[in-house]
Amino acid sequence: MGATGYPVAGRDGLAVLDAEEIRRALTRIAHEILERTHGGDEVVLLGIPTRGVPLAHRLAARIGEFEGLEVPCGSLDVTMHRDDLRLRPARALGRTDLPPSGVDGKTVVLVDDVLYSGRTVRAALDALTDLGRPRAVQLAVLVDRGHRELPIRADYVGKNLPTSQREVVHVLLAEVDAQDAVMIGDEGRPS
Amino acid sequence: MKRHLISAADLSRGDALLILDTAEELASLADRPIKKLPTLRGRTVVNLFFEDSTRTRISFEAAAKRLSADVINFSAKGSSVAKGESLKDTALTLEAMGADAVVIRHSASGAAHRLAGWVRGSVVNAGDGTHEHPTQALLDAFTIRRKLRAASGRGAGLDGIRVTIVGDVLHSRVARSNVLLLSTLGAEVTLAAPPTLLPLAVDTWPCAVSYGLDTELPKSDVVMMLRVQQERMTAAYFPSVREYSRRYGLDAARMARLPDHAIVLHPGPMNRGVEIAAEVADSARSMIVEQVANGVTTRMAVLYLLLGGTEFPEVVS
Repeated sequence: MGATGYPVAGRDGLAVLDAEEIRRALTRIAHEILERTHGGDEVVLLGIPTRGVPLAHRLAARIGEFEGLEVPCGSLDVTMHRDDLRLRPARALGRTDLPPSGVDGKTVVLVDDVLYSGRTVRAALDALTDLGRPRAVQLAVLVDRGHRELPIRADYVGKNLPTSQREVVHVLLAEVDAQDAVMIGDEGRPS
Repeated sequence: MKRHLISAADLSRGDALLILDTAEELASLADRPIKKLPTLRGRTVVNLFFEDSTRTRISFEAAAKRLSADVINFSAKGSSVAKGESLKDTALTLEAMGADAVVIRHSASGAAHRLAGWVRGSVVNAGDGTHEHPTQALLDAFTIRRKLRAASGRGAGLDGIRVTIVGDVLHSRVARSNVLLLSTLGAEVTLAAPPTLLPLAVDTWPCAVSYGLDTELPKSDVVMMLRVQQERMTAAYFPSVREYSRRYGLDAARMARLPDHAIVLHPGPMNRGVEIAAEVADSARSMIVEQVANGVTTRMAVLYLLLGGTEFPEVVS
């Protein structure tokens, strides 16, 4: 995903979440993770590149603030496990970076920006299987826009966003895009 | 990227960096419990080796298998080629078997280029005569970058790194591919060789030339020793192996004149005691074992980028 043609607030559609709302959604998800995992013990956060990675780090920082707990955090690239590789030219790989403690026996929370068809998450589950055997795997997303094509659902959702398949949802994060926002537009750019 | 990898000259700086960055990500696979990715499931890679080369063939085979491709090894010895089949007929046979990629090693310069005109799949040149061996250059560049650039050299070129390539440049496809690729990546390449072992048109290559090794050592970040190819030494290129070794061999005394950070590369197989002394080959500066490991990683990156996407990438890009 290059810098060109990336949506700018106000030009490429409607902002449905602003920076403040994203912050609140992440705060809530951080609390929910702590509740559901009984205090965040043995939790590992793995972000899916590109934008899942900064989200995972933000969640880890939030959990650290609330409980003084250092949650291991990493990234999991799913490119090599995707089911649509043959539909597009070969693409550059993202980074897979596991915390030194690994994933065996842990509760892994996968973190991504948008949940749509569920195919990325399917690829992530396959990629994770090759890296170890977590005790449980959960899924946290900032936006769930519906239109699932696989039996997958998120455990933690920042915002449920009913969309039509014609629409595109873009999550912008300060770490990557210099601003925080969730945009919805109606032009068929791949998300 | 183009559909075939025939020459290091086919690679733009962007292409080369994409391959190195992809290899960087794939390198972590070697430390994982399951060293395999499903990416090329159902694709077929044919290793078509008309010349003996155990290490290159095994390297490509390991790379293809780690990406879950099916591998067919075809070596000329004891095959239909020994019965007089032409390269073209062999190619058409492989084509009919549905090869998605053909990795070819041949004693004739240009064989890979010819093959690319006959088959539908991607062709990867694994050494053609004295012409080119682009994946060797890629793995050398990858080794240099990992060692001399910051821990994750992602996106970085080799700008300003001084590389001295020593020995039989005339017969070396490794040298030619390295000069082209390393200069594309911004390195300053010097060839150090006796005049008899330099090609005629070397002044058109993007590199400097020196007839002596000793003057180049103190200013080299990388020294790449080429194998003295006894099988190609058909004329009197130098008076004796001993004299060659004394003037162009890398021994402990010469190694001591290198800067502290400098590393030593050799494409293998080595002639210990000829172009490289045993104590150099076994020293901490020697990257020869790393080169082998990096070879698998780099070839995985090449196969992934050629085969991992849509079947007709030229239509899309």
